Amino acid sequence: MARQNPGILYCYCKFARIIPNEVKTGVLERLAGSDLDFDAVPDLCEMSARKDPRLAEVAPGSKVIACYPRAVQGLFHSAGHPLPAGVEILNMRAGTADEIVQSILPAGAAA
Amino acid sequence: MTVTAQGSVPAGVIAALLEKGYRVAREAAAEPSVRVNGKAWPAPPGAGAAVAAEVDAYVRGDAPVPAAAWKPWFPVIDYKRCTNCMQCLSFCLFDVYGVSGTGQIEVRNQTNCKTDCPACSRVCPEVAIMFPKYRHGPINGDAVSADDVRREAMKVDISALLGGDIYSLLRDRSEKAKSRFSKERDDERALKERQNCLVTMGKALGVPAEVLASLPSVEEIQAKAEAARQRAEEARKLAGQS
Ligand code: SF4
Ligand code: SF4
Repeated sequence: MARQNPGILYCYCKFARIIPNEVKTGVLERLAGSDLDFDAVPDLCEMSARKDPRLAEVAPGSKVIACYPRAVQGLFHSAGHPLPAGVEILNMRAGTADEIVQSILPAGAAA
Repeated sequence: MTVTAQGSVPAGVIAALLEKGYRVAREAAAEPSVRVNGKAWPAPPGAGAAVAAEVDAYVRGDAPVPAAAWKPWFPVIDYKRCTNCMQCLSFCLFDVYGVSGTGQIEVRNQTNCKTDCPACSRVCPEVAIMFPKYRHGPINGDAVSADDVRREAMKVDISALLGGDIYSLLRDRSEKAKSRFSKERDDERALKERQNCLVTMGKALGVPAEVLASLPSVEEIQAKAEAARQRAEEARKLAGQS
């Protein structure tokens, strides 16, 4: 995440089984199979509880792939690093892997 | 610790590293490789767990395998909804909440929170408390509907009808149990009273049985509730001034 430019941050939600496995692994597989740079973290909740300073490194225009936007925004806020404007939060609890990947990968690369 | 995965490293390797608690920076590059502190590991397809175990052994060196990690379960406040009413501060028996220098409610001791207990989110009249790992909305951060707000308001009313708040419910039931105990010397019945009360509380607020079993004594609860009320009162005054 140590980037000035917009990046992609993927949350693996390591400590709970709240994200459907096919979505969680499906998104990761497609990201790994693409030629995009991305950062994957074990668990954003855990980082928030530790007030991890790296949460401050999400640049405007980045995409955060995790869960409900209200929760993700709250986690960054309570860590003392509110998300900057223009960060898109993609919700793996509600969307399918296809839907999420399609809004990240350049057109035509999401297959 | 961040592990760098370059090129087409399989998703299984990345997932195995995440399982072990490593952050993974994936960089597009021609040749696939996994690098830790400048050292490269071969990352053949399908060898996720093996690569992660090797990386882990290298990073840990002689250090023992850490004990099972804490499940990050704690309340997160949606400040767009919170009205700083301090009900959560008054309610929580485990000192999870605190007040900032400007009198603003905040979650201060995340690790004090009882895993899988969402009770304080149910006392919040504004539906402002989230537990991101909770199963259902809106507590999990899903959008709050007008129905949710009405339901939460009703719950607060119900708890008021039951005797002011949950502490007095617990206290009253316990007092009844105590008097019965002294009259009838029926300790089983007294215990049952308390259990019934806890079951009511558990059902109304979704508190897991393990948390109910670990509640402090009624006297401690009363002392804590009083201290929390005072803190809330002071915080309200402070917030009014600032
Ligand atoms: S932010 Fe959401 S997806 Fe990530 S660990 Fe927390 S609950 Fe799971
Ligand atoms: S109970 Fe809800 S509205 Fe009141 S202070 Fe706590 S979070 Fe804010």
